[in-house]
Amino acid sequence: MLEYKKDGWKATLALAPMLLLMSVFTFWPIINSLIMAFLEDYSFGGMASHAYARVIGGGTYNGIGFANFVQVFNEKDFWVALKNTSVMVFISVPLTVIIGLAIAVGLNATKKLQGFFQTVFFLPYVTNTIALGLVFGSVFHIEYGLINKVFGTVGLSWINHGATWWRAMLVLMVYTVWNGLAFKIIVFLSGMQSIDKQYYQAAQIDSTPRWRVFSKITVPLLSPMILYITITSFIGAFKAYSSVIAIFGTGDYGPVGNEKMMITLVGYIYDKMWESGTPFGVGSAGSLILFAIILLITFVQFRVSKKRVHY
Amino acid sequence: MEKVSTNVTDVGDKIIHQSVDVRLQNLTKVFFEKSGKKTVAVDDFSILIPAGKLIGLLGPSGCGKSTTLYMIAGLHKPTAGSIFFGDDDVTNMPPEKRGIGLVFQNYALYPHFTVRQNIMFPLENLKVPKEEALKLAQQMAELVHIGDLMDRKPSQLSGGQQQRVAIARALVKRPRVLLLDEPLSNLDARLRLQTREEIKRIQRETGITTIFVTHDQEEAMSISDEIVVMNYGIKQQMNHPQAVYDEPVNMFVAKFLGNPPINIIPAKIVGGQLTLLDNTVLEKGFEIADQEVMIGLRPEYFKIVSTGKITAQIEMIEHIGRDTMIICQLENAENTIRVIVPSAKNLTVNQKIKLNATKFFIFNKETGERYK
Repeated sequence: MLEYKKDGWKATLALAPMLLLMSVFTFWPIINSLIMAFLEDYSFGGMASHAYARVIGGGTYNGIGFANFVQVFNEKDFWVALKNTSVMVFISVPLTVIIGLAIAVGLNATKKLQGFFQTVFFLPYVTNTIALGLVFGSVFHIEYGLINKVFGTVGLSWINHGATWWRAMLVLMVYTVWNGLAFKIIVFLSGMQSIDKQYYQAAQIDSTPRWRVFSKITVPLLSPMILYITITSFIGAFKAYSSVIAIFGTGDYGPVGNEKMMITLVGYIYDKMWESGTPFGVGSAGSLILFAIILLITFVQFRVSKKRVHY
Repeated sequence: MEKVSTNVTDVGDKIIHQSVDVRLQNLTKVFFEKSGKKTVAVDDFSILIPAGKLIGLLGPSGCGKSTTLYMIAGLHKPTAGSIFFGDDDVTNMPPEKRGIGLVFQNYALYPHFTVRQNIMFPLENLKVPKEEALKLAQQMAELVHIGDLMDRKPSQLSGGQQQRVAIARALVKRPRVLLLDEPLSNLDARLRLQTREEIKRIQRETGITTIFVTHDQEEAMSISDEIVVMNYGIKQQMNHPQAVYDEPVNMFVAKFLGNPPINIIPAKIVGGQLTLLDNTVLEKGFEIADQEVMIGLRPEYFKIVSTGKITAQIEMIEHIGRDTMIICQLENAENTIRVIVPSAKNLTVNQKIKLNATKFFIFNKETGERYK
């Protein structure tokens, strides 16, 4: 312990650049949004009439309370965003985890061309989200899209004008699942490869059926990775934003003519931040609500997984 | 074929419960590396292991003993040769069909299962009814003396206890052959002594044909009914441990067995006389052509006498409990030799002593083969 104390200033010095950047761009905004969420009629510019109190660092407000939260819960967009986000979270995450696990098992069993397939599955991870969005945009295009051409359904709108919520959600889901697979496959695969081969040899000698090898040996020994992937995927899915932008284009959260149809919680928060009037208060309240939801879900996951994860 | 002598109940025809002899015929394993290099790990290896015996495969690292074990298990496919369990040719049979129990060097216990679940796992695979499986697992656990640890996880057990769980798991499905890979190498010295007796006891009680691999000659000699000494993938000698120790077929076997190790001294045969390099005649009447040879003398083969053929000067005296080991320098030669004598009351360092050898082995200097 003494050693650490003596060298404390060195460690601080080494961490300083990162701490400084994080203070400015992470810690302060977190604290600030926590404050702003409870300031009523908060105005960043500060048209200071005498009835308003001033906040340190600029801006004025007109009382402290839950008005921002009330406004959030009263807005239709918020509920649309919550519905869209929840559907994506609770369908796409389990789907990606299961598909990712299946592909990783397949890859692990393949001897030939394993490197090739690994690269193929990992490519989406290193490809630009917006570029992928453009590709999806063209694949699902109403007139010249690959899907409509192949299935002979030219004129069926997936993401263009007249698309239904279900069709747009399907495209979004395919995009999210496929885009999220790469990282999960890599984590699962490396996890599987670090499982001692002798467990499998022992299982083979004891004539263990394949399914039992998977469910009784692979999955439990992989459970810390599965938990890690599930929790980070849930958090990632709750923060869905760029996927919608990538598919439907900037500024819109849905097909032309129904621009807010596919809005997500982050999209909603982002919109609120730029709204005229009193933007930051409502946006901050929205992000606090999102934070609370993620916290709750993560907490539940940890509790549920306690008995099923074997470190 | 012997019947198993335990009182474990029979659970029907799914679980095989007879010990069989194991026959390896011209077994060969060649590993091909990517660079095209060939490594002959096991070379034309043939042995017959009698049913119900405990056999130690002994040799230095890389001698092919583990490869042999894994071929018997079916985890390695032989390049040539065949393996028989009784009359059953298992050479191309997958491991799960062979009816073997294998205890891995690091035990390979499933860390997320309790001891009970670990032992029951093979039975569940064979679809043994749950109650029956529970009973069998408990009985097997009692046999290896871990009956009170059934609800623990492997990480909560000591090395010796894990070892027993691994043995119980291997035995619970009543295999025809039990294979143990370096069973004692992960245990500390004291536990090792205890566990090797335990393995011997379990093997006796179950009567199962058991083959284990070790690089520790003491371990192999202490519990095996017979040992097989291997080097460079080739069988050197197979016999009862004492017989191998007393009559090694070559210099490698002589050197590999025995602690402290055998003394190897250069010598020569001239006109049928065995002489040391300084022309001291040790013994006459050999029908061996004139040549340089090596002689092997185990430390306990020496006797301190008042008038002897060998003269040596004492360099060090080590009291090793019951006996005394003397390290001494041979006169007119560069070799130091180790001598074990019952007592060394009147010996001092730098003292010159006379020695007689009660027994010695003569080895060909080039091939190491022993002249008999």
